[in-house]
Amino acid sequence: MSVLLAFVAAVLMGVGTYLVLQRQLSRIVIGVGLMGHGANVLFVLSAQGRGRPAFTTGHDKGPFTDPLPEALALTGIVITFAVTAFLLALAYRSWLVTHDDEVEDAIEDRLIARRTAEDETRRVLGGPLSDSDPEAGLTDTDLAGDPDRQRDRDRDRDSGRPGDADGGDPPGADGPRGEGP
Amino acid sequence: MTALVSLPVVLPLVAAALSIVVGRYRTAQRVIGLVTLTGAAGMAIALLVHVDSQGPIVVDAGGWPAPVGISLVADRLSAIMLCVSSLVLLAVLVFAVGQAEAERIHVGFHPAFLALSAGVSLAFVTGDLFNLFVAVEVSLMASYVLLTLGGRREQVRAGMTYVVISLMASTLFLTALALVYSAAGTVNLADLRLAIADLPGGVQDAFALLLAVVFGTKAAVFPLYFWLPDSYPTAPAPVTAVLAGLLTKVGVYALLRTQTLLFPGSAQPGTLLLVVAGVTMLVGVLGAIAQDDIRRILSFQVVSQIGYMVMGLGLFTVAGVAGAVYYMVQTILVKTSLFLTAGLIERTTGTGRLARIGGLVHRAPVVAVLFLVTALSLVGIPPLSGFVAKVALVEAGVASESYAIVAVALVASLLTLYSLVRIWTNTFWGDPLPAGPAVASEGGRGWAVMVGATAALAGLSVAAAVAAAPLYDLCARTAADLLDPARYVEAVLGR
Repeated sequence: MSVLLAFVAAVLMGVGTYLVLQRQLSRIVIGVGLMGHGANVLFVLSAQGRGRPAFTTGHDKGPFTDPLPEALALTGIVITFAVTAFLLALAYRSWLVTHDDEVEDAIEDRLIARRTAEDETRRVLGGPLSDSDPEAGLTDTDLAGDPDRQRDRDRDRDSGRPGDADGGDPPGADGPRGEGP
Repeated sequence: MTALVSLPVVLPLVAAALSIVVGRYRTAQRVIGLVTLTGAAGMAIALLVHVDSQGPIVVDAGGWPAPVGISLVADRLSAIMLCVSSLVLLAVLVFAVGQAEAERIHVGFHPAFLALSAGVSLAFVTGDLFNLFVAVEVSLMASYVLLTLGGRREQVRAGMTYVVISLMASTLFLTALALVYSAAGTVNLADLRLAIADLPGGVQDAFALLLAVVFGTKAAVFPLYFWLPDSYPTAPAPVTAVLAGLLTKVGVYALLRTQTLLFPGSAQPGTLLLVVAGVTMLVGVLGAIAQDDIRRILSFQVVSQIGYMVMGLGLFTVAGVAGAVYYMVQTILVKTSLFLTAGLIERTTGTGRLARIGGLVHRAPVVAVLFLVTALSLVGIPPLSGFVAKVALVEAGVASESYAIVAVALVASLLTLYSLVRIWTNTFWGDPLPAGPAVASEGGRGWAVMVGATAALAGLSVAAAVAAAPLYDLCARTAADLLDPARYVEAVLGR
């Protein structure tokens, strides 16, 4: 039984890790949930004197199983549940503002990569190094994401589906707008 | 006196609940938040004075004695951290009330901020490894909410990275807890100390490494730091300040506590920690040099600063750990006030991009002075607090003949100076640039409140330098306690 449970924990952890390494938010959420389950199974395994009954009646005064790991696992489940719920809400919000299920790159990272590439070109061509504003000359599309995605968003907006191209929300407007997917 | 240990946790939690109830009345929320955190700060100071003179206080939660129930322990390290964290939280809340940007976005700001305060306090006073997990989760959950309040596109992106990486660390923590419990049969820190000593050497090493990875992720040390500069800068200024200034140090605290208390000398990963510390210092500061945005520069420096504290811990000598504790105290104050100053700069100019700001010394001389004091302190220019901290660490390193790490620490300091000089020359000197629309002029009550809160923190960091001798003595006593866990174990278990 212990070996079987250990195997289950290992599989849950492995599958969870694989899913977390994906770029789609929905897969990441599921992966995080599976890894949490793996850790909780491990907790059940960690009980001292496993295999004994969890409860004993008034007549049967026999030894019972260690209750602490169950309590710890329960706490772990509650916390994982709460965080997963938050993650789902965040993923939904991400879908609302980008209309995409993928984790985005940071804009700053892209700017620095771009500046390095430009400097390299200038050095090869013998021109002056750029010391100017790295955002200068970037269009809105550059800052907001890939052109393809931008087009998708424009199309969705035209057809009246939720999607927020510029991400500038009025403060407090938090709930879902439009009629959902 | 025992109430002083649990009240810093209970009070903010109750206040957070109240704050939700009165959500529609912002003034009521402000009063609740400010009164609670002022009270918590007062209690933390009283606790520090008491613990330093009378020894650690142990409270058995629910009345169950130590190895069975959860014990809350206030020793010198806990009391120092409680003191610093409550003062910083109070100052940041005052700043947020003055700025009103973060605070007005959502009614959730005050409850989340108070919950963060409760979680951080619990992490400092708990004497139970599983309870530490819960405390870290409470503070992380609050930080998720604070980071994504408002739900702007950039915040959602950054929040996603942050939540997922924190969850990974938490899952690893749970796994480590399950393994520790199955091997040692207890999760009480003092009891674990006794139980782990009986385990085979390999198992001890594995646990020490596992916990180092978990808390290393939370503290953002070298291979596990990448999430920090990506996620923190997107939030409103006070939120970034409290997360970068305080929350990463909860990871460092947990690292200090677990590595010194749980493991005997043979299982302490000293050399590994020193290598990690050196690389963390360099990578962080090199990252800072490559950035163009004030908050991102400061965020990379947070990573670099973590390296110094890990270095002090990695030496595993009284001098090293004392240096690490002193460094932690002063860097929390300095870093938070630097981030608040960055908030003031952005407030004046409407942007944090170096290329778009200039000549601020004419427009906002007070901000320039605040930045100068805290930046020089961060670098370690005498006579400011960063200098005392770095001297302590360097002396400890030389005393242990770890010359390589000392050299790395000095080089990293020099590079830190360079990255801060870049901010200074681009932001404060030069001709005033017609930047984006200024969010506020330097008048009005809100501005005065923000400057006051920032100046109070900067003043505290200067005070840490003025009172360096007594403060360092306190840190040395703390380090002696940490490296001789028998006292802690006796206080908790009574044997």
